[in-house]
Amino acid sequence: MSAITPDIIRAHGLTFDEYSRIERLLKREPNLVELGVFSVMWSEHCSYKSTRAHLRRLPTKGPQVIQGPGENAGVVDIGDGDVVVFKMESHNHPSFIEPYQGAATGVGGIMRDVFTMGARPIAMMNALRFGAPQHPKTRHLVSGVVAGIGGYGNCMGVPTVGGEVNFHPAYNGNILVNAMCVGLARADKIFLSAAKGAGNPVVYVGSKTGRDGIHGATMASAEFNEDSEEKRPTVQVGDPFTEKLLLEACLELMATDAIIGIQDMGAAGLTSSSSEMAAKGGAGIELDLDHVPQRESNMTAYEMMLSESQERMLMVLKPGREAEAERIFKKWELDFAIIGQTTDTGRLVIKHKGAVVADMPVDALSEEAPVYERPYTRKAKLLPLDSRTVDDTRPPLVSLLRLLQSPDLCSRRWIWEQYDHSVMADTVQAPGGDAAVVRVHGKTKAIAITTDVTPRYCRADAFEGAKQAVAEAWRNLTAVGAVPLAVTDNLNFGNPERPETMGDIVASVDGIGEACRALSFPVVSGNCSLYNETNGEAILPTPAIGGVGLLRDVRHMATIAFKSEGESIILIGETRGHLGQSLYLRDIDGREEGPPPPVDLANEKRNGDFVRSLIEARRADTVHDVSDGGLLVAIAEMAMASGIGAQLSMPDDGIAALFGEDQARYVLTVGEKRAAAILADAKRAGVPARIIGTTGGADLVLPNGDKLMIARLRNAHEAWFPLYMSGDPV
Amino acid sequence: MKSAVIVFPASNCDRDAATALEQITGSKPAMVWHGDADVPDADLIVLPGGFSYGDYLRCGAMAAQSRIMRDVKDKANKGVAVLGICNGFQILTEAGLLPGVLLRNTGLKFVCRPVEMVVEESQSAFTRAYQNGERVRFPVAHGEGNYFADDATLDRLEGENRVAFRYAPSDNPNGAARNIAGILNERRNVLGLMPHPERACDPRLGSTTGRPLFESLIESLA
Repeated sequence: MSAITPDIIRAHGLTFDEYSRIERLLKREPNLVELGVFSVMWSEHCSYKSTRAHLRRLPTKGPQVIQGPGENAGVVDIGDGDVVVFKMESHNHPSFIEPYQGAATGVGGIMRDVFTMGARPIAMMNALRFGAPQHPKTRHLVSGVVAGIGGYGNCMGVPTVGGEVNFHPAYNGNILVNAMCVGLARADKIFLSAAKGAGNPVVYVGSKTGRDGIHGATMASAEFNEDSEEKRPTVQVGDPFTEKLLLEACLELMATDAIIGIQDMGAAGLTSSSSEMAAKGGAGIELDLDHVPQRESNMTAYEMMLSESQERMLMVLKPGREAEAERIFKKWELDFAIIGQTTDTGRLVIKHKGAVVADMPVDALSEEAPVYERPYTRKAKLLPLDSRTVDDTRPPLVSLLRLLQSPDLCSRRWIWEQYDHSVMADTVQAPGGDAAVVRVHGKTKAIAITTDVTPRYCRADAFEGAKQAVAEAWRNLTAVGAVPLAVTDNLNFGNPERPETMGDIVASVDGIGEACRALSFPVVSGNCSLYNETNGEAILPTPAIGGVGLLRDVRHMATIAFKSEGESIILIGETRGHLGQSLYLRDIDGREEGPPPPVDLANEKRNGDFVRSLIEARRADTVHDVSDGGLLVAIAEMAMASGIGAQLSMPDDGIAALFGEDQARYVLTVGEKRAAAILADAKRAGVPARIIGTTGGADLVLPNGDKLMIARLRNAHEAWFPLYMSGDPV
Repeated sequence: MKSAVIVFPASNCDRDAATALEQITGSKPAMVWHGDADVPDADLIVLPGGFSYGDYLRCGAMAAQSRIMRDVKDKANKGVAVLGICNGFQILTEAGLLPGVLLRNTGLKFVCRPVEMVVEESQSAFTRAYQNGERVRFPVAHGEGNYFADDATLDRLEGENRVAFRYAPSDNPNGAARNIAGILNERRNVLGLMPHPERACDPRLGSTTGRPLFESLIESLA
């Protein structure tokens, strides 16, 4: 009689076809330990089985790229032998179930992905999506997620320098917590995960293994229903103190040349780290679980292999270097155990209490994992919004005030003041600007970082929306003066087994690919989070883009705040008045209609390159990109950041011109005498540019004379978040 | 001026302190491991910010018991200057080198932002380059910075001019008693403060009003 029943197969999230495939690959029936190992390795979370075929189409190469997708994080050259190592990853499912620990361990996991490559983390970002503010769980989730991110990142001493937050009812049952980590390393000191050779020691370091997080990867590969709260035991518990020690110990060991390969134990813990390391190095690995440091007694092989206890690493060392490595980990009071060795068999062999409890070909777990070409349907393009249907009698400044205090546009100070954004003393542009800027320690160059996506655009048109996400990331980096280098993507979607959702995934990958190619902005790392769906209700398609750029000289950096009175305000880029899917249409007119603003990548590049050249030449140091909310919101943000007002003077001051979300636009200010030369240069470069007003005074003044005090805008902008979180009815 | 920075498990402003010290004093501080017995010969010992021992038990409680602290206490009692920043301040109170405790912020949340302070006492090795009443602006970044002591202790601190820094009344980030941001010991060779002067030494970071604190030390100790 078989030990593996159909119920057991189903409980492991495997289909019967997949189970048959396992039997074929093993040429026998798996035992329970083997089934557990296959189930996590073949889960959507670990295997990317629904997306792998499509992700291959993304551009991943460029002269700046040192390591593209496939390792723990991407690596990009920033000159002088320095590299940045970065990746964004989701922790959506656990954060909904247990917001503090879910978010905290998301931060811990992405940091390990970066320092396992030999980089010291220097900045964290996060992209968060919550349900409607009115939803009864939203406050609890916001408060827990923010505290969790802060609790982990602050203790690590890595500044959390920015991110983005949206609210939408489509996230009521599935919030998104995407965390991005950027690290700094030397080009000749990058560590990869391949386990090579035979007879080399396999070493376990970090925390002990407990029974937490068992089957977390499988949980993250299924939809939620009413019982999702019962999945709390699958959420791991983070210990940032141990992770800080692990970081310092790993970097100390990495200063030697004792390591052959190293990988963190993230999703699917010991299982994925050992099999991925073996697969990458073309080696086999033999583990003896009796040597695994254990937090609890009587753990079974199954539990140890599937535990997702945090703050653990697996390494393959050069033979003879064990004592040297052990000394370092003991100094940091961390566990250090030799738990196995590499072999030349190409098999993952697991022993426990003297018996072989699993013996599987490494290839079967990784390369032979199923890849699905799931059926998909593409949505029809939406008809343009008839702008005549938009009520244009509303006073624009009243609408502006409402937008600035709306959940999606109000100040995020309540959030980022809970994050230590100034530790490491290199944060030269704090949260609140277009991109965060972190100086390379001891040097004049700096890294600019942003995360972007506009999910309402993606729902209306996944292809254009994904293009827009990449373009906005590129624009935000450009707006501080950085040269955009590369991106990491975090693709958050619903159930890929639904053809419409799969269609959105395919269209998003195509949109990201087209934009990244046109902007020379390759994808170097990423993560997919699917099945963000509860009782058949999916999230908005949310392909979050994390962009990284290089500021060659931090003295040539732009910020959004007006710098002085009497400067000319210049608008770069063309305004057509695109109101489809705009915040104005949604939050003022009460409709989510029409197609999103189209992105012309040639215009993006031309306009952006022009703006960057002005910043690099120190001809402009006040720049803001125009995005959510349109032109008037952008100008208001520049005024609020400085306390200096603005008198606008452009002839087209209708709703569409003021609030349309046309792309490829920037607002910048320069001394009056320098404006003419900039307009002339713009004309030569084929870049639309015109003067739309002057800075000064304490008010924002429209061309028709309507005005509003900046102090009032500021109060409205700052008020919403703290009031909401203090329990005020929405 | 010779300085030393103590590194506890999960100190995380040790590098920031070292960077500021090196930039301003011109020489690298010794980085001293918490498990060592002795602090090498130094004019200034810095207990840096961070989350020593993960803030487990109570902030600073375990670090205060670490081996190196015996020597730090000895040296403090002999007159060596000791500066505790943020978690370092918490450790100093737990070690009994400064009175009072740092409670949870009254807002119950971690808070990171620049705060405005007033220099209350310029007669010390740490503050002589400031003027009394001078306004300075350092970032804070803590969840437990709410200074508390009984009224008699607070009266005594004020009576002996041992409150070195006070938050501007409108800018108290944590509910600290009498807006106290930093205090001196009786002998005035130990200063503990919650805000981070080492993050306020570079114009690119928004403030240079932390520099005079280190310059005071050079003047006093060099």
